[in-house]
This record gives sequence, C-alpha cells and structure tokens, in this order.
Amino acid sequence: MNVLNFVNAFFSDSAHWHGYDGIPQRFWEHLQYSLLALAVAAAIGLPVGLLTGHTGRGGNALAFVANAARALPSFGLLVLAVLLIGFGLLPVMIPLVVLAVPPILVTTYEAVRSVDPAPVDAARGMGMHESRILFQVEVPVALPLILSGLRSAAIQIVSTATIAAYVSLGGLGRYIIDGLYQRDYEKVVGGATLVAVLALLTLAVFWAAGRLAVSPGVRRR
Amino acid sequence: MTGFFDIPSDLQHSWTGLIGLHMREALLPVAAGLLLALPIAQLCGRFRWLYPPVLGMTTVLYAVPSLAFFVVLIDYTGQTELTVMIPLALYSLVVLVPAIVDGVRSVPDETLAAATAMGFGPVRRYLQVQLPIAAPAIIAGLRVATASSISLVSVGALIGNQGALGNLLAAAQKYDRPELAVNAVVTMAVLAILCDVLLVGLRMLLTPWMPRGGTRPKPAARRAEITPEGAVR
Repeated sequence: MNVLNFVNAFFSDSAHWHGYDGIPQRFWEHLQYSLLALAVAAAIGLPVGLLTGHTGRGGNALAFVANAARALPSFGLLVLAVLLIGFGLLPVMIPLVVLAVPPILVTTYEAVRSVDPAPVDAARGMGMHESRILFQVEVPVALPLILSGLRSAAIQIVSTATIAAYVSLGGLGRYIIDGLYQRDYEKVVGGATLVAVLALLTLAVFWAAGRLAVSPGVRRR
Repeated sequence: MTGFFDIPSDLQHSWTGLIGLHMREALLPVAAGLLLALPIAQLCGRFRWLYPPVLGMTTVLYAVPSLAFFVVLIDYTGQTELTVMIPLALYSLVVLVPAIVDGVRSVPDETLAAATAMGFGPVRRYLQVQLPIAAPAIIAGLRVATASSISLVSVGALIGNQGALGNLLAAAQKYDRPELAVNAVVTMAVLAILCDVLLVGLRMLLTPWMPRGGTRPKPAARRAEITPEGAVR
C-alpha cells in the first residue's frame, strides 16, 4: 500500500464527505481556527511592526521578542494551556498566535524600515502628516514584503492548527489524530493531504491579494 | 511547585537524560538537513530553472503537519527516533535550501571574477569564497531550523514514547501535574535560546570581517531570517 492508494481510498469513500466528521465540515472548522488565529496575530503584529518600522526605534527589542517567541514550543504551550485553562478554543489560540506573531512582526518592521528614504523625505517635505506618510507612502511600497510575512504566518498556522484536534476540537487534525489512534493510516494521509491543499490555497489567496493590492509600479521592481 | 524535577519513572530518563535525548533528536536532523541542502542549493545555483520547482515542492512538504509525517513513517521505521528525525531533517532542508541559495547568490560577480583571476578552481572558489560570504545567510537559516526542530521533537510524544522532553508533556497530562508541563516548555525554550546564542557566536567567529554589536546583518542574511516559509510549528 503506498501513500497514493491511501489518498485515493480516503477521498473515494463517500462516508468521508457527509456529517459532522465530513470533509466539508472539518475543512470549514480548520479554516475558522486558522482565520481567527491569523486575525489576532495580525492585530498584534501589524500595528506594532508598522509603528516601530516607521519610527525606526525598538528594532533590537523586537528581534529579541520574536526570537524568544520562536523558542517556545507550540505543542508544549498547547498542553500547558489546556492544563491551566481547561478545554476550549482559547488554549488552542494561544500557541497559534504565539507562532504567528514573530514572522508578521519582524517582516512588517523590516519591510517598513527598508523603504527607500527618498520618497519618504519627499512626502515629509510636502507637509504630509506622519500617519499619511505611513499609510500612503511607506505601506504601499512595503506591501509585498508585509504580505510575505502574513503568508508565511498563515501557512504555519494552517499546518499547526491540526493540534486543535489533540485537545478534542475539530478541524482537519481530527483525521490525523483519530487515524493515529484507530490505526487507520488512510485517514491520516487523507487529513495530511487536505492540510497541504489548504496551505496551497492559502498561497494562491496571497498571490491573488498581491496582484490586486500591490500597485503596478511597486510590483514591476 | 513541588516535584518540578520529579520525573515519573515510566519515562526511563532523568531530566538531564531527557535533555540529551532531546538535543540529539533535534540537532542530528538539522545537521543532516544541512548536508543535503548544500548540494541541492549548489544545483539550484547552477541550473536556475531548477530553483522555482524545488521551492514549490519544499513549500508543500513544509505544509504537511509533522504529526502526519510521523504517523505515516511508523509503517516504515517503527516507533523509533528515526521516525521523528526524518521529518525534522526534511523541514530543516526546506528552510536551509532557500537560505543557502540566497546567500550564495548574494556573492558579487566581481568577487567571483577576482577569485577566478587568482587561479581558484571551482571547488576552491566554492569552499573559500562563496561559502564564507554566504555564512551569515546560512547561519540565519540554521537558527530558524534549529528552533523549529527543538520545538517539533516534542510532537513525537504522540506516536508513543519518542518526544524526549515532549514525553514530559504527556506525563503532565497523565498524572495531572502541570509543573511538569511548565518544566518541559521552559527547558525547551531555554535550549532553543542557548542554541540560538551559540549560532550567533559561530557567525561572529566565521565572519570576523563583519562589524559586531548592534549592527544589522547583510540584506541577504536578513531576508533568510525573516522569510523562510515559516519557522516553528
């Protein structure tokens, strides 16, 4: 039996397509966890990254925080959070957000920092307000890099959100964990394939967002 | 917090034993990943058309959750350390290949031409010119790979008894002793930070020409540090 046979068997079994343990339901749950974690992480990482990048202060502190957060093991945080808080969505969100904040934070900071200073000075010379300089000059130029930080965070979240199943929530991890305990490798491989597909979809969404949002003048470079 | 270091006997290891096991399971894959990544990156540098498909494939590999990898490998390698280490080596590879390619590409053409003019053959030029100049980018990649590897070993606890410090997390749940989970998380974080510090020290040793202290690494190194497809999962 090779992996492709498993994939084929999993997806052609119609029992996997319906009900609360069906692929659409689990896919939707996984998407919800991922989007929520990404939204929270972006709500923390983007403002801080934009602000520190714009003022150019606190870069070292930022790198330190990002490195420290990177050192925290996701699975360990999950188990710890469950032991301390109990079951629910919150203990799953903690490791996912801790995982996603560093790439968003550091990339946003670096993106805004590395904007060519000449147009920024020109904007300031024209009397633009600092907030307008940030949002109308720096952010449009830095957008490709900022998006790449969000993308890399999103892919990590999608792949890590499988651990939600370990603490009895849903999502695509359900197939992997259940398959492990039921010795049903078909399920494991099917679940892993679905996660990889969702990650590829995430890549596609960010590619499309880049095409739509990044100004042609910036893209050409 | 009594019994912080009272490791349940079913783990069959002392705390320091678990640390040794954890470091071995985390660092050997990174070393293997580096050994594999160097030739792959060299090929990608030589044949440019190879790089985009390699990058795409590695991104997909990276998106496969580690637990799924472990479970599928059980069929082939059993519930052993190897089952944990093979996926970790693959993840390291994924982080290291772009870092090395970016680093080697950042070597200016004039430098290469100068080396050739001085009579360096391709091998010597690679070992004595390209690799040292790419060292900051490679080490930036190694930092990400090491941190992620140390964190991911703990997931091995789910496939039996192969998580080293992660087994402590399982024990914390089994015996309802949160202090063991705190111990595991803190120990893993400290190990990751120690390795990070060692790698930064190594970079300073290898690149004595670079300014020290609060200076910023070269753009290529910085890019490798911030944009490899993900870090810790």
